[in-house]
Amino acid sequence: MVESSPHIENKQVEQALWQVSDPEIPVLSVMDMGVIRKVNIEGNKVYIDITPTYSGCPAMDTIADDITKAVQKEGFEVKVKLVLSPAWTTDWITARGRQQLEEYGIASPLSAELDKQALLEGGRIVKCTNCGSTNTRMVSQFGSTACKALFQCEDCLEPFDYFKCLK
Amino acid sequence: MNNKLYEYLLMLGDNSMILGHRLSELCGHGPNLETDIALTNISLDLFGQVRSYFQYAAEVKGGEFTEDTIAFLRKDREYRHVLLVEQPNEDFGHVIGRQFLYDSYHLPLLKQLTESKDETIAAIAHKSVKEARYHLRFSSEWVKRLGDGTDESHQRMQKAIEHLYPFIFELFQETDIEKEMKELKIGADLSRIKEESMTTIGEVLADATLKIPESAPRMAKGKTGIHSEHLGFILSDLQYMQRAYPDMQW
Repeated sequence: MVESSPHIENKQVEQALWQVSDPEIPVLSVMDMGVIRKVNIEGNKVYIDITPTYSGCPAMDTIADDITKAVQKEGFEVKVKLVLSPAWTTDWITARGRQQLEEYGIASPLSAELDKQALLEGGRIVKCTNCGSTNTRMVSQFGSTACKALFQCEDCLEPFDYFKCLK
Repeated sequence: MNNKLYEYLLMLGDNSMILGHRLSELCGHGPNLETDIALTNISLDLFGQVRSYFQYAAEVKGGEFTEDTIAFLRKDREYRHVLLVEQPNEDFGHVIGRQFLYDSYHLPLLKQLTESKDETIAAIAHKSVKEARYHLRFSSEWVKRLGDGTDESHQRMQKAIEHLYPFIFELFQETDIEKEMKELKIGADLSRIKEESMTTIGEVLADATLKIPESAPRMAKGKTGIHSEHLGFILSDLQYMQRAYPDMQW
């Protein structure tokens, strides 16, 4: 697995970045999401490379703006650049990030193999975020955003999102 | 060279944009919630890819070009997409048929472009290829479900394929620019794409109990700017805001 959060020299900048979250998933910091690829600090200037989760993700512009504002507040000049390669994968979501997703009610991505079973072969393996049962069924392969699918638990009847594996 | 690269980027971007626009027309009008969300999500992916292509195209072209002027301020003859993607939505069979035929071309195209000598094109392809894989999965599943479904769905799916199939040959007809880009190892080799694409189409249609149409390939010149009357209607919708309120920001 690739190291998902880059090393950041300056504590102030690092802390500012931890405060920025995806507007669609407010519990998850952009650091835990793995979208921050590189941070270079030269004196008063901070250069940040971010990578989009999905090409058309409408949250990306907001995330870039929020990052700029958060680091500017610490008194830096900020330049955010969008890099496409290497392309983001759900493997870059940190262990902590995955746990936060689950607590928020979004089942975290399974391995590519299991993901295929869950999405295409009707496999009952995605764990309900409410009661933990795996007696769940897919309602829709595309959910509230491009990165999620909609599931429902057959035991407690809770509908929930599943964050699809992207490799 | 720059001008040719620019034209090539338009060919890549315009297909995604016009297909994305057609799908966006279904927002709130899908046959059920799942497909409504799926089709508009696919549209979003395509528009995301378009932005990357056009941002790069604007950089290549220089001057006052921006992703927005490229998307919204060209005349109909300056668009470089194939006729397949401008075909109207008609019924769900047509929507799925058009999507499937395009996806079966789009995936092998992007796979090849990940090895492009042009780093930006390769990066865009690396990002988009994952999405195209999802799209093809979605559209193939639906082709099978409709083709191998009820009499009504089978007949409608077959009709859609009959109508759309002749348009796919344009995708594989190499233009001068595509030939040059292929030789420079920037662009894709359409003959290799054709092979993979036709295999996918053959397999999925067979699974769907649908017949491959025998109709002759349709002569089309969308890639050089000659379009059908559909494009005028698409552009009047697509360009409305920028034409009515020039330079508006969203």
